[in-house]
Amino acid sequence: MNKQNKYLTLSGLEPLVVTPESNFINVGERTNVTGSRKFLRLIKEENYNEALEVARHQVDGGAQILDVNMDEGMLDGVYAMTKFLNLIASEPDISRIPIMIDSSKWEIIEAGLKVVQGKSVVNSISLKEGEEAFIHHAKLVKRYGAAVIVMAFDENGQADTYERRIEICKRSYDILVDKVKFQPQDIIFDPNIFPVATGMEEHRKNALDFFNATKWIRENLPYANVSGGVSNVSFSFRGNDTVREAMHASFLYHAIQHGMNLGIVNPAMLEVYDEINPELLELVEDVFFDRRDDATERLLDYAETVKGNKKEAEVTILEWRNEPLQNRITHALVKGIDAFIIEDVEEARKSVSRPIEVIEGHLMIGMNVVGDLFGSGKMFLPQVVKSARVMKKAVAYLQPFIEAEKDGKQEFAGKILMATVKGDVHDIGKNIVSVVLGCNNYEIVDLGVMVPPEKIIETAIREKVDIIGLSGLITPSLDEMVYVSKEMEKKNLNIPLIIGGATTSRAHTSVKIAPHYNHTVVHINDASRAVTVVGNLLQQDNKVFKEQIREEYDKFREQFLNRTKEKEYVSIIEARKNKLQIDWNTSEIIKPKQLGIQVIEAFDIKKLEGYIDWSPFFRSWDLHGRYPDILTDDVVGEQAKELFTDAKALLKRIFDEKLLKAKAVFGLFPANTINDDDIEIYNEEGKIEYKFLTLRQQSKKREGVPNIALADFIAPKSSGKQDYVGAFCVSTGFGTEELAKQFEANHDDYNSIMIKALADRLAEAFAEYLHKEVRVNHWSYAQNESLTNEELIKENYKGIRPAPGYPACPDHLEKTTIWKLLNVKENIGVELTESLAMWPAASVSGYYFANPEAKYFGLGKITEDQLEDYAKRRSISNEEAIKWLNPNLATEL
Amino acid sequence: MSVRAQSRTMFNKENIMSDIKLEIQKRILVLDGAMGTMLQRYKFTEEDYRGERFKDYPTSLKGNNDLLSLTQPKAIAEVHRLYFEAGADIVETNTFSGTTIGMADYNMEDLVYELNYESAKIAKQVADEFTQKNPSQPRFVAGSIGPTNRTASLSPDVNRPEYRAITFDDLRVAYKQQVEALIDGGVDVLLVETIFDTLNAKACLFAIEEVKEERNIDIPIMVSGTITDASGRTLSGQTVEAFLASISHIPLLSVGFNCALGAEQLKPYLQRLSNETEFYTSAHPNAGLPNAFGEYDQSPKQMQAFIEEYLQDGLINIIGGCCGTNPEHIKAIAEVAKKYKPRNIVCSSAVEN
Repeated sequence: MNKQNKYLTLSGLEPLVVTPESNFINVGERTNVTGSRKFLRLIKEENYNEALEVARHQVDGGAQILDVNMDEGMLDGVYAMTKFLNLIASEPDISRIPIMIDSSKWEIIEAGLKVVQGKSVVNSISLKEGEEAFIHHAKLVKRYGAAVIVMAFDENGQADTYERRIEICKRSYDILVDKVKFQPQDIIFDPNIFPVATGMEEHRKNALDFFNATKWIRENLPYANVSGGVSNVSFSFRGNDTVREAMHASFLYHAIQHGMNLGIVNPAMLEVYDEINPELLELVEDVFFDRRDDATERLLDYAETVKGNKKEAEVTILEWRNEPLQNRITHALVKGIDAFIIEDVEEARKSVSRPIEVIEGHLMIGMNVVGDLFGSGKMFLPQVVKSARVMKKAVAYLQPFIEAEKDGKQEFAGKILMATVKGDVHDIGKNIVSVVLGCNNYEIVDLGVMVPPEKIIETAIREKVDIIGLSGLITPSLDEMVYVSKEMEKKNLNIPLIIGGATTSRAHTSVKIAPHYNHTVVHINDASRAVTVVGNLLQQDNKVFKEQIREEYDKFREQFLNRTKEKEYVSIIEARKNKLQIDWNTSEIIKPKQLGIQVIEAFDIKKLEGYIDWSPFFRSWDLHGRYPDILTDDVVGEQAKELFTDAKALLKRIFDEKLLKAKAVFGLFPANTINDDDIEIYNEEGKIEYKFLTLRQQSKKREGVPNIALADFIAPKSSGKQDYVGAFCVSTGFGTEELAKQFEANHDDYNSIMIKALADRLAEAFAEYLHKEVRVNHWSYAQNESLTNEELIKENYKGIRPAPGYPACPDHLEKTTIWKLLNVKENIGVELTESLAMWPAASVSGYYFANPEAKYFGLGKITEDQLEDYAKRRSISNEEAIKWLNPNLATEL
Repeated sequence: MSVRAQSRTMFNKENIMSDIKLEIQKRILVLDGAMGTMLQRYKFTEEDYRGERFKDYPTSLKGNNDLLSLTQPKAIAEVHRLYFEAGADIVETNTFSGTTIGMADYNMEDLVYELNYESAKIAKQVADEFTQKNPSQPRFVAGSIGPTNRTASLSPDVNRPEYRAITFDDLRVAYKQQVEALIDGGVDVLLVETIFDTLNAKACLFAIEEVKEERNIDIPIMVSGTITDASGRTLSGQTVEAFLASISHIPLLSVGFNCALGAEQLKPYLQRLSNETEFYTSAHPNAGLPNAFGEYDQSPKQMQAFIEEYLQDGLINIIGGCCGTNPEHIKAIAEVAKKYKPRNIVCSSAVEN
């Protein structure tokens, strides 16, 4: 028999072969309702979309097998298992790895086995209910084509000694191999990891017995594998993460040494073995190996001293400074500590013959550790950016020494051009991706923001880059990216193109960009994926990967186009007939206290602190969850807390040192709707000054549901009632660019990104603040309003402030009207780029609608008749209108 | 039972099925070509499809090729004969769509047993004629089991990704019925082919194992997947290696690929398959890729040249043709197959049960 097939071989869409070289196969365990409260909640609430995100997070974090468990009294386990696995099957980036179908109920296991096409693992069966049931289940598992975890459990109970473990495993193995004809490599034993240091005499050998049983199995039961759930071992130290993390790391280390080759470990609860405090490590291992009678007492005593984790942190800070040089540099990079890096790098420089060796040696060794930890989901994005900060400082210090030598050149893994496209100024995401790639030893050529296509192409050719990355946030950037891809094709480039940014999507990339460029085009939605994708694209043999991407996008495009065809639309005439009808005879219209334009210049930015919506801030750092729950999240909580502390510190500096300037302009005007969709704005004499053009929903609605346009919220002229509308622009971006540059000059990408992210949040907060001021004081239609920030975030207020470029009004051209109406540029200095992005980037503009029935909505897609009508109203050509409204067109025009 | 133990009793009728396990060790076995392509030559009308028996059947029956085993059995036998004459060692029964799922299109679910049983008998009779004429080249019948027109691991509705138009259990029950009828009709081997969704195939293998256990028999199984295009994956998204891992839990006579690609395009995937498996390998590619009119126009000579590359590299134990191939192609393939040794398997335990 071919040697390959004596190894446990599993599959999702791709194979997983467990060879002696695979080291340790990590099973993702967050999609388990018994282990994750969050996952349980999502499944109970039928929120399968987010549940899928949990799975995706596991895969992205490096899980090689996905454990799925739906064992909960209140759940219909068969239904939940079937539905979730069916959904996973539709997500190729999740279903590429094998599934572990985990349940104590046979009918749930069987339900799972009936919906996975790959070779999965059943978790678990045992002799608990006797030989007959065991054989029956094993036969079926084999027939369904799965591998199996066998618990060391028999009719007399769970194996809790070395002898019982090997006795039950041997018996199970013989039955499986001889009677059931189970392939021995498809057997995985779980010889029970039990808690240690419980104070009970009979638990003293729990770890040691596990280790020895594991070794025995691997030596005596040919081809069988061993697995275990590691966190059990530290059960008696719940709440003491320092001790638990050390125990997990040490246990895992020794279990692997003894032959455990797969298992469940929570990476967030795992210290790096080599970084465990040596004193603690000794105490832990005394317990595991039952080396002293007082081992448990000693560990418990120690545990008491580190209960309040803080003290421990200080102690270790001092201690790591006593380590050898390489360890110190690696530690500084992993932990993102820049306090000692210059002195350490100087020491390293003196120890080598050429300064470049410090980068290629000491620093790269450390960054590789960072890369590995990040790749395996043990570090998170903000940490990596901090590591990059340390790295940059070190490199900057070495640069003069390197330049003093002639041929001192650094070797990179590849060269990547990064640019925010023409007309767009948003670069937070692009900068994060640049930093993360930089950390992985790619040379980044960052062309900054508003980069014209010629410059991108010319630089790509001149610099011989390996990959081009395009970023953008506003919708016109989508078209700009299409244009760049067409130009690249014209110039016969064959450089892979990566697309990213908030409004970009796999749909847009596959439907609008990929068809124009005959080489690889990939959409990336977060920084962690960027590393994998770039790595795959730059490996020697990348043909298969490129073909896969192409295929995936072709397939996606086809599906997407089929889907869009199914939507039904009504004509614009019919849509107008079905507009939102407000009864203007009874609807209350309040005349603003002050009409006309007002400018706010000397504004105390500190007032905005309470108005900040923090959730999007965390999202910009790839930490997903809602504030404040995110601070206590199982997976990212620790990181979120740290990031939040850093953000608060910089925010304090912004306030104390007045680093950013906030300005605003707004105006309230008499207005009426005419011809259903246009809003006329009148000056003091009642003359028409400007016209807001609104767009109307055209998707076919259910009976009684209107096709809305913003114009519906303003009284039509024909009603005879005088109504009002407002417009505004706020910015907190003045000073951001300079500060970011300063940080960059100090090689501090972390704070450079941070300041931009904070400025964005402050601009949103300012918009929120000003809206409230307008509601309560200037328009004063909601004088008695008292809402908390949370209620503001939930948009519980009366009236709305929609912004051009967002779902209710995707038309960016409306900004030009607002700019003229409010004299925005002259009054506060915020400008519009050719793609109508606002500069500085941390700015918000929009309208005010006061009617109690006004609400936020999404325009959705519009059809050709409205487009032509709109072009006429705007006095522009159809082509021009198509250019601006392209993302909202139902069909390609 | 080991191969050698079986060989001692090879003239025992109960063990006649094991003949193929012997023959496959001696030489490269040649599978037949397309049935559909050949039947098109007859230009059967709606009336021909109906025959006397289904004269008044309420549903339109033209296009139900499996039904021709009942209404035009002579034509079916003739096609088998042409392939055997061309040098095929194995012909496939005319049962590609012979499940209740496939026959539902014609409201003929009740005929499934009969269709499979009769198809197997027709093929077996022709095979026996040829074996008797030349006992040194025994001929075999493979019961063709198609993928059905539903997928168990893909949703047909993009807006409801959790939805499935068919379940594992539906497939298992339908396949079981087909398998039982094919075995009753006398096939030598079961061929689970054109697998575009591995979960469908797993349901079929499950059903076969049930039948084997219930009847206490051992019947060789051939499994043949379909790599849909240059992505190198099945329609359901699996790579060659993942597909192989998903179906190797049952002792198979052979594993291979057919359809969708021509011999040239299929080669890299066969190479990977051949490297990874201890089962015998098979391939029955199309006659090239379809031209602009959806027709296959690769000539027997051209196809022979591509197949010869397989043989030179020692990739193959069973070789035949799928869409667009006819007896000319099979003749060309058989000619060249004779010249080469079959792919070598490290150890013959693959055919042990």
